[in-house]
Amino acid sequence: MKVNCNVNVHHLSRVEGHGAIGITIRDGKVERASWEVIETPRFFEAILSGKRWENAPVITGRICGICSIGHTLASIRAVENAFAITPTEQTGNLRLLLKHMETLQSHVLHLYFLAAPDFLGAGSVFPLIESAPDVVARAARMKLLANDVCDCVGGRRLHPTRTVVGGFTMLPEKKELSRFRERLIAASADLTQTAELFTTFKIPDFARETEFVSLKGEGAYPFIGGRLISSDGVEKEEHEYRGMTNEFLVSQSTSKWARLSRESYAVGALARLNNNFAHLHPAAAEVASLFHLKPVCHNPYMNNIAQLVECVHVVKDAVRIIDSLLDAQWEEPKQEITPRAGRGVGAVEVPRGILYHCYEFDDSGHVVKADCVIPTGQNHANIQLDLEYLASRYASEGMTDRDISLLAQMLVRSYDPCISCSVH
Amino acid sequence: MLNSGRTYLGVPVSRPKVGFFDFSSCEGCQLQMVNNESTLLDFLALVQIVNFREAMTGESDDYDIAFVEGSITRPDEVDRLQAIRSRAKVLVALGSCACFGGVNQLKNRFRDLPWVKETVYGGAAVETDVVRPLHDVVTVDLMIYGCPVRKEEVEKVVTNIAIGKEIAYPKYPVCMECKANENICLFDLGEACLGPVTRAGCGAWCPGSRAGCWGCRGPADDPNMEQMKRLMQERGISEEMILDRLECFGGFCEFSDALRAEMSKENP
Ligand code: SF4
Ligand code: SF4
Ligand code: SF4
Repeated sequence: MKVNCNVNVHHLSRVEGHGAIGITIRDGKVERASWEVIETPRFFEAILSGKRWENAPVITGRICGICSIGHTLASIRAVENAFAITPTEQTGNLRLLLKHMETLQSHVLHLYFLAAPDFLGAGSVFPLIESAPDVVARAARMKLLANDVCDCVGGRRLHPTRTVVGGFTMLPEKKELSRFRERLIAASADLTQTAELFTTFKIPDFARETEFVSLKGEGAYPFIGGRLISSDGVEKEEHEYRGMTNEFLVSQSTSKWARLSRESYAVGALARLNNNFAHLHPAAAEVASLFHLKPVCHNPYMNNIAQLVECVHVVKDAVRIIDSLLDAQWEEPKQEITPRAGRGVGAVEVPRGILYHCYEFDDSGHVVKADCVIPTGQNHANIQLDLEYLASRYASEGMTDRDISLLAQMLVRSYDPCISCSVH
Repeated sequence: MLNSGRTYLGVPVSRPKVGFFDFSSCEGCQLQMVNNESTLLDFLALVQIVNFREAMTGESDDYDIAFVEGSITRPDEVDRLQAIRSRAKVLVALGSCACFGGVNQLKNRFRDLPWVKETVYGGAAVETDVVRPLHDVVTVDLMIYGCPVRKEEVEKVVTNIAIGKEIAYPKYPVCMECKANENICLFDLGEACLGPVTRAGCGAWCPGSRAGCWGCRGPADDPNMEQMKRLMQERGISEEMILDRLECFGGFCEFSDALRAEMSKENP
């Protein structure tokens, strides 16, 4: 039996932002297992103070480079809710299409470039360019497709230019959408091969019961706005999000933590899937069954597979959205905005989980107070508890420091944390 | 610089060792590097990436070019940046956070740092200073502007360094590129745009999407600020909207500070 173990990973690689893992086990007892966030805060909530509403999406989109579209959309939704603007069906469809493609590009980036190297015994994707060129080419092809759609609909793949409060500054050409429709259909083959690749990976058999929080699907798998739900049975309205997140400060982190019915909860692809399995596209549900993934799954490593399942879902759903856009006449891209005093919340499922933006405006539309609750911030406490459990379990099984270190790093990576975003 | 008999467009080039480093930022500029799938492999053939925490495990202290993203907001960041400077032959500021402080420097408009901390963290102790661009702390050899940067520009810079060619920035404003692209002018739609004073090089990214320029690349050479303000005000665009854009990314800070002071004199 293993009695002593020391794991120190100061700057965890292949994650967004700066986080550290520390595990110390002495005489078989876990003395320390910690997930520390050392990222510098940028104070976005203070920065917004006094700014006109128009600034909010431009500034807060810069909270995160990977999910800038999600932040921009959550910000826009918060402003629109505060000003009592309901987006048109066309705007809703275009936003969802954009959202889907961000999900695809982010999940593919995570699955192939950040997570897969662990399963393939590589330090990064770079050596795979020579050893497994077709795998890398496939990942690049899917990412390129997703990014091309984002360029076309949002104006830019990173920090979109066309997405504004009230709608879009400019609409895509229908013939471009038709071309993307073909490419999305052709992407099925790449998705099938991705699923095949992942069936060859050994997903650690590890589970720790926890609570999962996400948007609640009502008629469809949820991405933009709606009611909030937890797997422990809590349900709230979007504007009551604070009752879901209950943020608090801890000394080991510059990011706030969150909890609900238990000491911690999880958000992300696995949480969405656990809470909304019935709304998955049948093709996505089929991939889930390939991996015996069904609700409620408590294995955090399965978040990788949940992301894979969502890739299939968003590609299928994107084709449906394009079909309905192609069938309709283009309407005006943007509605008029009349600012008013009020509070608005925008809840959006970004790749790493549920994101909230909340703004309070005075009657001239200047921000009085802003609050952003980031998915990874909500996951930190859960990651911490997973690490504690992982350390004690694998130490008692007599695993080596090296293996525990690898499994701990893979665990954190499974959450696909976006650390600088969580600190913001 | 350095070894090997490779050629690029028929010119022999070295394969410089490159590191990517990040400070306070959204990490979007780094992401742009893996975001151009079609040219990623060509780019990787051109350089040896030895440090890229976001994408790889393992690091090295031996690099020729350091691409540094983000702004400086904490003492530990100063130390880390100085260490990178001492190792790198060429230090490149990547993106507007690194060049000007980016959106992060909007914090600096509040003179009261304790209030800023209090707003976000309540009474808890959190370390933060005034946001600074890299060149306030170390010597910066090259700047690549933009929020985000354009990958094509980064690749061009790397190629030029590798073949020892001088890097020339456009001196003219975004309007020139915008007109060349035959976009509809935002001014004609009654919207604000900093295109007349912002340094070109982005291909008029935003106006191409019918969105006004927010000046993320900072000022062009000799920007005519008075004329730009007059043009905007003639179209009913308020000073506040102009200020919002001028101060957003930090490139125009000297002008935005002046405008802010002027406005508070008018409206104390
Ligand atoms: S310049 Fe913009 S895109 Fe680049 S890191 Fe800073 S905020 Fe992100
Ligand atoms: S849209 Fe902006 S950049 Fe383009 S011509 Fe008009 S002012 Fe210049
Ligand atoms: S148009 Fe202006 S804001 Fe947009 S990318 Fe170019 S310089 Fe930046």
